[in-house]
Amino acid sequence: MARTVAAFKVDHFQFLDPDGKLIDEQKSPSLARDFDRLIELYRRMVLTRVFDKKAVALQRTGKLGTYASCLGHEAAHVAIGSAMQPEDCFAPMYREYGVQFCRGVKMTDVLLYWGGDERGSNYAGAPHDFAWSVPIATQCLHAAGAALAYKLRGEKRVAVSVVGDGGSSKGDFLEAINAGSAWKLPLILVIVNNQWAISVPRSKQNSAATLAQKGIAGGLPSIQVDGNDLIACLWAMEKAIAAARDGHGSFVIEMMTYRISDHTTADDARRYRPNDEVEEAWRKEPIARLRSYLTDQGAWDEEREQALLEDCARKVQKAADDYIDTVTNDPQPVTAMFDYMFAELPHDLAEQRACAERFPEDGGHH
Amino acid sequence: MAELTLIEGVTLALARAMEEDPAVVILGEDVGVNGGVFRATAGLQQRFGDERVLDTPLAEVMIAGMSVGMAAQGMKPVAEAQFCGFTMPMVDQIMCHAGRMRNRTRGRLSCPMVLRFPSGGGIHAPEHHSESPEALFAHMPGIRVVIPSSPSRAYGLLLAAIRDPDPVIFMEPKRIYRWQREEVVDDGEDLPLDVCFTLRDGSDITLVTWGAMIKETLAAADALEKEGVSTEVIDVATISPLDLDTIVESVGRTGRCVIVQEAPRHCGVASEIAAGLADAGIWGLLAPVKRVCGYDTVMPLYRNELKYMPSVRRILDAASQVLEVS
Repeated sequence: MARTVAAFKVDHFQFLDPDGKLIDEQKSPSLARDFDRLIELYRRMVLTRVFDKKAVALQRTGKLGTYASCLGHEAAHVAIGSAMQPEDCFAPMYREYGVQFCRGVKMTDVLLYWGGDERGSNYAGAPHDFAWSVPIATQCLHAAGAALAYKLRGEKRVAVSVVGDGGSSKGDFLEAINAGSAWKLPLILVIVNNQWAISVPRSKQNSAATLAQKGIAGGLPSIQVDGNDLIACLWAMEKAIAAARDGHGSFVIEMMTYRISDHTTADDARRYRPNDEVEEAWRKEPIARLRSYLTDQGAWDEEREQALLEDCARKVQKAADDYIDTVTNDPQPVTAMFDYMFAELPHDLAEQRACAERFPEDGGHH
Repeated sequence: MAELTLIEGVTLALARAMEEDPAVVILGEDVGVNGGVFRATAGLQQRFGDERVLDTPLAEVMIAGMSVGMAAQGMKPVAEAQFCGFTMPMVDQIMCHAGRMRNRTRGRLSCPMVLRFPSGGGIHAPEHHSESPEALFAHMPGIRVVIPSSPSRAYGLLLAAIRDPDPVIFMEPKRIYRWQREEVVDDGEDLPLDVCFTLRDGSDITLVTWGAMIKETLAAADALEKEGVSTEVIDVATISPLDLDTIVESVGRTGRCVIVQEAPRHCGVASEIAAGLADAGIWGLLAPVKRVCGYDTVMPLYRNELKYMPSVRRILDAASQVLEVS
């Protein structure tokens, strides 16, 4: 004779449909009527996309190294970033520019990093945020550690980390869920489920119906939202962050979106995924959706759109110019690789630094 | 003044560090109520509370990764891995994050964490409990690797490791946790993390070692002294950064050197020291430099573990080969 000792469900939240219509006006959060705020976030989303396109173009013309595009993730990313307070802490993976711009990271920072210059991770505008984390899901534990630090010090700060659908298969992510659950940490783990881990589709990660349920398995309240619906993403993030800040522990939010771009500029997704899937993703993408909604509501028009695009293009061009100027006219010297290894350089490294100084222009065949 | 064992020196340093800096937090498996499986953290949770000494879920990656996160946000986590074999899942977080944090953010963030764990064989422990992975960690840029070999050095080096602004791997030679007692003054004085300690002065041969091998090396030195061989003994103590100057200076005087390490020989710290001696160009070198090491095999289960580890006889055998060359 069996009895049920635990039962679970995963709710999916969506307020704006792909055509930009509110699914149920009555049940939509008040945010759906806050047009000033929505317009501000729309501007951020568009700026992120214009930046992203420019970064890919810089890579294609040999001015930037390998770059991981965020095309299609703009609603998820801007929602995460704008739901956070400056004193909170963000631990990114490597394509969350939309979050980071909200946090004060500069477009030139992003370009410097992918342009092969460590100064890109020295965020003047987000001094305590973690830098990009290339080893998959490792950043989830940094956020958990930050959350534990804040909790132990009695600070009302929240740590937020992002992981992908592929990253949700890793132990670091699951161990972060477990830590959040064990210590009731002020921690938000967001799975930005963009359906592809390079060439491996979501269906091959596991056969779970959702990835959010991994949070439930670890004891955390967990939901799924339409990751292309800014209103749903922001509503979920704000609720979770407020609760975490008030001592109610950790949350997992799975944001369902789509990686419209290649994995990085070194990848060619046409090798492994059907084009009709990408076309379908374009029909659901977040920016056109929000623009339709704002236009239908009389809060946006073509004239403002054109002005915004010009403004974004100007800002992005300035960032690109600043980046090129920095790496051209103010490159890091050869000794820069030594100077931040330790607070104080050990004697053996000092010796190697002196050696490097003797060959300041060397490299490759020189 | 108290006569303490090496592990009591560890505990004393932990308590001192916690007392002087509220940012110091201990975390690990069984470190709280139980005081650690070897009792290194005995009494600390009772004394400092369960928000300073945290029993963690059983998850090594989590312990390392959260320590990185805490350290980057102003805490000074002192994490314990229960045994050397269980540090392997932590390598990703230590190598890819702890050692790179300061460099990759141009000093914006840093990672002042300590990961301490018992290492080495000789206590009849189960599989994966007896390895000596110091070379693995010493190969990682941005990481200090420290191994004490006496109660007072355990105290002074651990205090220095916790106070250090960068990540430190602190490997505790568990075979000598309770081997000797020594007066340890709880004066808060730390020891430098970039020098070797010369334990005995001598003029005929230099024996270089660290960790638990100090026991066999000192016994070998006693035997050599009885034979009239004036033997210098150096405890390397800090594996990274390595103080080659002290070793080169000693071997320059004695002209003969045997390096003793418990870990496998291939690409080990002994090899690095031997290479450093070659690189230094010691014109007064009288004989080949010898390494006496663990074999390049899997650490055997306990019935054979002592045969794996360098013995006094193996050290003396190498020393006699070196001394025979005139």
